[in-house]
Amino acid sequence: MIKILNNLSIMILPAIIVFILIYALCTKTKAYESFIDGAKEGFDVAVRIIPYLVAIMVCVAAFRESGAILIIEKMLRPLLEFFKIPVETLTIMLTRSLSGSATLGVLSDIINQTGVESYATKLAAVITGSSETTFYVASVYFGAIGIKKFRHALLAGILADIVGIVAAIGICRIFFL
Amino acid sequence: MILISFVCAIFTGNIANTFDAMLLASKKAVEFAISLIGIMAFWLGIVKIAQNSGLMEKFSKLIKKPLGFLFPDLKQNSDAMSNIALNVSANAFGLGNAATPFGIKAMEDMQEQNKDKETATNSMCTFLAMNTAGFQIVPALVIAILAASGMENPGQIILPTLIVTSIAFVSAIFFSKLLERFNIK
Repeated sequence: MIKILNNLSIMILPAIIVFILIYALCTKTKAYESFIDGAKEGFDVAVRIIPYLVAIMVCVAAFRESGAILIIEKMLRPLLEFFKIPVETLTIMLTRSLSGSATLGVLSDIINQTGVESYATKLAAVITGSSETTFYVASVYFGAIGIKKFRHALLAGILADIVGIVAAIGICRIFFL
Repeated sequence: MILISFVCAIFTGNIANTFDAMLLASKKAVEFAISLIGIMAFWLGIVKIAQNSGLMEKFSKLIKKPLGFLFPDLKQNSDAMSNIALNVSANAFGLGNAATPFGIKAMEDMQEQNKDKETATNSMCTFLAMNTAGFQIVPALVIAILAASGMENPGQIILPTLIVTSIAFVSAIFFSKLLERFNIK
């Protein structure tokens, strides 16, 4: 089953490209000229988002390295013990929405500390796999089009992240404890 | 956020580290954007072919109805709709890098009919929340890490992850639809 799904996800993109090209051939569309047109747009977009990316990523890095996250971790400790949540997984809950590469770093850290078959590892893996880097997605997407007032977008994203983490804790207890 | 971080850094004595991390982050941000240029150019090129050949129109008609329910003000905007559809399906297959260009393009299409260019529309917020929930069918990267670390059966996390990500995805849509009623500025 996993193999089928993995193969499917490898195959799907080339299949889409081939299909688009064949369709263009059938409808006698100028494929090369169209491609160049679109590629120029792609270049512009990637360059335009640089300043926004720098601003957000610097903020997040400062928050992480300064130890601000550690202070939050200390405050929440008693609550964690009550819900049988391994303390090691708290960092991943806090970094998940902030930084994708940091989350992968924390995940390997948890594997090293608690062993690959531990409950902490499984919970951390489910949290990592089931969510996205909310702040990063927001900065890329809204940054690209120059939106400055995010309105309720971030709040909705963060609330969904919280629901996701609570769900992960609940589901993992059923599956792995 | 920067201020809180610096206050914390003073207490923990991490000022040098914090500043280093900030500089490193700015470097990484640019590196990422540069690495995105190629993928972005390639995908938008392919998509342009699909657009010019009329394929995009056909595809967007197919999924317009279920998505139209979530984005009522985009009924007349078929470009945005098809890019949203492509973004959602690319994400579902775990192709984050391919999904991003579609997502950004969808945002640009929505921006075209936005009256206040600095403020997000309801549809933009819903679309962003859907993306931050990160719905995917197989968490390929996480499974790769677990397998590389020697877990016996890394596939065991697929089902719980799928359940959790579905719950998060649905609640992202729910919260964005709920919050838009309050019309936060």
